[in-house]
Amino acid sequence: MSGSRTLYDKVFDAHLVNVQDDGTCVLYIDRHLIHEVTSPQAFEGLRMAGRKVRRPEATLAVPDHNVPTSNRDKEIENEESRVQIETLAQNCADFGVPYISMNDIRQGIVHVVGPEQGLTQPGMTIVCGDSHTATHGAFGSLAFGIGTSEVEHVLSTQTLLQKRSLNLRVNVEGDLPLGVTAKDVVMAIIGELGTAGGTGYVIEFAGSTIRDLTMEGRMTVCNMAIEAGARAGLIAPDQKTFDYVKGRPLSPSADQWDQAVEYWSGLFSDDDATFDKEITLQAADIAPQVTWGTSPEDVLPISGAVPSAGDYDDEARQNATARSLEYMGLTGGTPLQEVQIDRVFVGSCTNGRIEDIRAVAAIAKGRQVASNVNAMVVPGSGLVKEMAEAEGLDKILVEAGFDWRDPGCSMCLAMNEDKLTVGERCASTSNRNFEGRQGKGGRTHLVSPGMAAAAAIAGHLADVRDYQD
Amino acid sequence: MDKFTKLTGVAAPLADINVDTDKIIPADYLKTIKRTGLGVALFSEMRYLEDGSENPNFVLNQPAYRSAEILVAGENFGCGSSREHAPWAILDYGIRCIISTSFADIFFNNCFKNGILPIVLPQAEVDKLMDDAGRGANAVMTIDLEAQEIHGPDGGVIAFDVDEFRKHCLMNGLDDISLTLQQDDKITAYEDKQAEKQPWL
Repeated sequence: MSGSRTLYDKVFDAHLVNVQDDGTCVLYIDRHLIHEVTSPQAFEGLRMAGRKVRRPEATLAVPDHNVPTSNRDKEIENEESRVQIETLAQNCADFGVPYISMNDIRQGIVHVVGPEQGLTQPGMTIVCGDSHTATHGAFGSLAFGIGTSEVEHVLSTQTLLQKRSLNLRVNVEGDLPLGVTAKDVVMAIIGELGTAGGTGYVIEFAGSTIRDLTMEGRMTVCNMAIEAGARAGLIAPDQKTFDYVKGRPLSPSADQWDQAVEYWSGLFSDDDATFDKEITLQAADIAPQVTWGTSPEDVLPISGAVPSAGDYDDEARQNATARSLEYMGLTGGTPLQEVQIDRVFVGSCTNGRIEDIRAVAAIAKGRQVASNVNAMVVPGSGLVKEMAEAEGLDKILVEAGFDWRDPGCSMCLAMNEDKLTVGERCASTSNRNFEGRQGKGGRTHLVSPGMAAAAAIAGHLADVRDYQD
Repeated sequence: MDKFTKLTGVAAPLADINVDTDKIIPADYLKTIKRTGLGVALFSEMRYLEDGSENPNFVLNQPAYRSAEILVAGENFGCGSSREHAPWAILDYGIRCIISTSFADIFFNNCFKNGILPIVLPQAEVDKLMDDAGRGANAVMTIDLEAQEIHGPDGGVIAFDVDEFRKHCLMNGLDDISLTLQQDDKITAYEDKQAEKQPWL
């Protein structure tokens, strides 16, 4: 334990079981989250090889991608979805893995549930068969997505074979201007880095702006680290982190609390740690963001205009832009605030927590969703839903014309009944705007919750700063 | 998984950049509980028209490339979702090698778990191979993993790098899990130490 190290280095080093001759590291995995889409083949592999789950107690499963967000008391209509969820339940029963079922109030999107239940803690290694596992890095843990074969590997051995990533620090400094949120910050970062700028790196987010974010804001930022190509995103834990974790069902018990906090307090990058790459953004320069194209890097401030293919020098970029514009049904030069929308989706592991719903309700209050818009709000978990209802947010939203739903991944990705139809244009608080992501032929514009609310009211992409009371 | 030693086959060109895993296999197909059968859905949005018939303009639908076993792709191939269904679809289709200037991390790892060899080369080399792949039925290449060489249709040879351990596993069709389980005592030793230092875990 000598020499100066980054937070990533410290967490990685602390989890080394072995380093093989060729440099491949065997990394211990503290917590493994499971959902119904990426696990069936992994459990099947265990059965075929006659293996058990090594540490069922370090594992937690919850269905989220396929679950319907309405009519939950009825049987799931789509047969394949129903089978996939039933398969997860059966696998968990067979292998002794803790399972939160669809109608349990704790159910929700896996990356909302983990932190909520206190499973996510600083300094851990956390994996899940889902790229937005990066979310948990907000707690100063090393958290990343894995494929199904690796899910099987973790189930069998509680380890992963890993190569060390490089270190990238993204600093954001200064106070956030009015109307600008954590979502806008991470979107601006992705615009700066590009979707491959973080490939090969683990990102540490630092700086006063990051420190000032709430835990939910930090989760939003880390969630989208993957969209910049990074394996994982981390934020060093502090008192805010400890306060959030304290007292949750799976958090360290009272008699272990002080010892845990003492350990967690050592989780920061040393002052003289070197990063392979480092960039700094000024919060004052960040405006409310929106994506115009089919990649999360296609990001602009709301005051901007749709670009044209000719704006780029590189032929590959020109082709990609032309293709994106055609898919999105947009013409270069159109001011973004003139783009009409059909749907609004508030939810996802990026922005499906209580603060996000409060932000939407604050703008929706006393206003009405535009007649050309179908808008829905999907809380990230049953507990978020319960809290929102206790605060009367559901009433505000329903009165304004929003549809208030049950928890799940919903329209982030077209795996359940919530999908866009061909050509439908949606302002969405989710994390990806790829072609067909929200439904075949669907057109996605990524925004913050406040911006989604403004768009719902206006009937077109709009500037949330015009709706501040 | 099947061993990968030497592959000789037609290479198809797909020059688009940032081909994400939603494009490789859309979410609808993720409802399967199997690893096989996804080949028919590979690149489905680009491959099929509205009415379900084949899009004649898509490279894999062209007679010369229907049985392609190699893909030469644009940068940042496989970005986005971690879905291993992407390499499963690619493998099920019959493609076992992808060549590009860059791959997204998770997709890159997932390829090796399934006996697919992703090769990273500099832009100039990929441009040459993309060009070679454009020769239709004559776009035949040999990928020699042992020698770490690509032999092009005109006799040209391009050397490539590959991680030693991954090469070893691919060439011998080795299962990661049984290899790791050989280190069971080290894993147990780690767990014992952790139980002392961080008992709350």
